Amino acid sequence: MTARTNEDWLRLLGEAEEAAVAELREVLHRGLRRALAGRAAADDGFIEDVTQDGVLKVLGGLTTFRGDSRFTTWAVTVAVRVAFTELRRAKWKDVSLDRLVEDAPARHPPAPPEVPSQDARQAVLAAMHRIIGTVLTDRQRQALVAEFKGMPQAEIAVQMGLTRNALYKLTHDARQSLKRGLEAAGIDGDEVRAAFDL
Amino acid sequence: MSLSPDELKELARYVLLTRPDEIGCDDWLGYAPSYAELVAALQPISEPLQKAAGHLVLCPECAEEFLALLAALKEDGAGS
Repeated sequence: MTARTNEDWLRLLGEAEEAAVAELREVLHRGLRRALAGRAAADDGFIEDVTQDGVLKVLGGLTTFRGDSRFTTWAVTVAVRVAFTELRRAKWKDVSLDRLVEDAPARHPPAPPEVPSQDARQAVLAAMHRIIGTVLTDRQRQALVAEFKGMPQAEIAVQMGLTRNALYKLTHDARQSLKRGLEAAGIDGDEVRAAFDL
Repeated sequence: MSLSPDELKELARYVLLTRPDEIGCDDWLGYAPSYAELVAALQPISEPLQKAAGHLVLCPECAEEFLALLAALKEDGAGS
């Protein structure tokens, strides 16, 4: 393995220098083998494929390297995301987001039953139902429900036509709306913790 | 209701953790390499980096990737 500075890597890969690209491939392959060890779906063929995808992603993203780590660490980080995105999407690519959330909470869910024995948990659940159904936007509700149903972020993002950052902002806004909604309903954090044994 | 009681409980946990100044997954990716090197080398973490790493508490996918990255770095002595 050639000892290279970050600047060397950037220059050589920017020129698509053959030996540097081959060495990058070796670095990513070795890193991915370690990162994915023990995962049944990550067989040799998968690791070969995501190594190649990782090389392309790194070469296409050289200008986004911030320079505050070793270049190779950054490159492996990028490749690990490529690999996990692929692993997760493989399990969910045939699941439609619309189908997954089609029975999402109605815009105007029925009021919770007025029973004197209704406990704190039911009250919090009813408030969450109401806020999800009436306060969140359709997009927020769709993203949030899909996320908590276990659909990977990358797959939700693709199906909603968003970047992963934009999706995160959407669900972050949704969580903030839920938090404000619960507070407006007189339900504070301690009550939520107590209701769910958190 | 599409979300089960268990899923709503998990959502409630995340709502409690929600902060106004969270960073997104792509932003975290920019911090992850330097954070991983410091963690792997048991070095002190700066406050801004610690704050950025708060993303891992709220994003299981980034947390999973980060643990895998640490595994990749470990045998290299924090990268090569």
